[in-house]
Amino acid sequence: MFELSPQHWTAIELSLRVAVVSTLVAMPFGIGIATLLARTSFWGKSALDALVHLPLVLPPVVTGYLLLITFGRKAPVGAFLADHFGIVFSFRWTGAALACGVMAFPLMVRAMRLSIEAIDRRLEHAAATLGANPVWTFATVTLPLAMPGIIAGMMLAFARALGEFGATITFVSNIPGETQTISAAIYTLTQVPGGDAAALNLVIVAIFISFAALLASEWLARRAAARLHGA
Amino acid sequence: MAGQTSGGTAARGLNMLTVQVEKQLGGLSVNVAFSTQGSATALFGPSGSGKTSVINMVAGLLDPARGRISLGDDVLFDAKEGIDVPVWSRRIGYVFQEGRLFPHLSVRNNLDYGRWMGGHKHDAREFDRIVAMLDIGHLLDRRPGKLSGGERQRVAVGRALLMRPRLLLLDEPLASLDAARKRDILPYLVRLRDEAHVPMVYVSHSAAEVRCIARRVVRLDNGQVAEIGGTELLDRQQPDMLL
Repeated sequence: MFELSPQHWTAIELSLRVAVVSTLVAMPFGIGIATLLARTSFWGKSALDALVHLPLVLPPVVTGYLLLITFGRKAPVGAFLADHFGIVFSFRWTGAALACGVMAFPLMVRAMRLSIEAIDRRLEHAAATLGANPVWTFATVTLPLAMPGIIAGMMLAFARALGEFGATITFVSNIPGETQTISAAIYTLTQVPGGDAAALNLVIVAIFISFAALLASEWLARRAAARLHGA
Repeated sequence: MAGQTSGGTAARGLNMLTVQVEKQLGGLSVNVAFSTQGSATALFGPSGSGKTSVINMVAGLLDPARGRISLGDDVLFDAKEGIDVPVWSRRIGYVFQEGRLFPHLSVRNNLDYGRWMGGHKHDAREFDRIVAMLDIGHLLDRRPGKLSGGERQRVAVGRALLMRPRLLLLDEPLASLDAARKRDILPYLVRLRDEAHVPMVYVSHSAAEVRCIARRVVRLDNGQVAEIGGTELLDRQQPDMLL
């Protein structure tokens, strides 16, 4: 009974690829912005904070449309990236990854920022008295202590990327084999007669992946916390 | 030993710390000038008298509004000349009241942290000497979370010493311990004064502790230096300051 067509296997593989790539690429930016927001004060900080959170509040279709008119093949940034670096987003899986990364970014930054804010700064002062400059202090004290929050942020981003639908379909459409993720494939199946059984199979796969990701992140976070507190 | 010769001259006063600082901290106006002499100088006074603020300025964790801080021939801070050596370049060891060991590193890695940051080679003899002096050899593979208060403070002292400091600051290192623990650790601090060959500034509100450790006492009161002298000035303190 449980059978998936090659096209749907491709959708599963694509969903995983898009979620993993968007999470990994967003991570360094997330850590950077989270640190900036947690640790510094500068003119325009609230504006940056609002900008980061915007994808959480905007309808995903709006975010997708904004990406389209910014990173499309003929749009200014999209054309520049294509001509100078050969990076094309429109109607490619990389565009889906970009959309997922943007949509997941606020959740990622939030979790990371909270964990960085929770770190006892007196430990960083102790590192400084021991000769660690700010970069080394960040790498050897701040980052390791923030690790549980960084893992949580990446997990949230991964989950958000798996579930992303609106921004992706608006930006890069729903092309089987290129931009059709699990969500888009399920949506397509519900639009055709007799697609219910296949849709249900994909739903089961989606539930399975989400569950596995949750368990894995729980395990990782617990391990990281145990390492911090001496096991 | 070569290391002892250079450390010995430091203890005899080459690395004299000279402090003249002013800063308004909330309701407390800190205006303090003193210099250290010999191996151990105490900053003594009731809590809230500005002792910790003064050594934070020496360490570079707090900027004075006006003044000058120098260690030997090296100017660490001079408001007029715009000199402010960053904390991580001062090479001043700091033992905090709460230890502040890194919870994610083993005791051994905590001890090695200053050496890594300073880019020094591993010196097994120096490491073993300090570990033996503080009697922390059996703790090396543990995490700080599993140490008792007294063990934690001994490791904190070892961590500060192994960075090869030019000066050691101790901020109420015994304050978080009960009376029995204090009696256990005091002998280590006395050994530290006599064997480590690093001049130290010992901050405390306890006359009994200061009497054990320091030869020279700077008494602070309400942000000002009340008097400077030998341990005999502790005899004139109020009874409640005696422990």
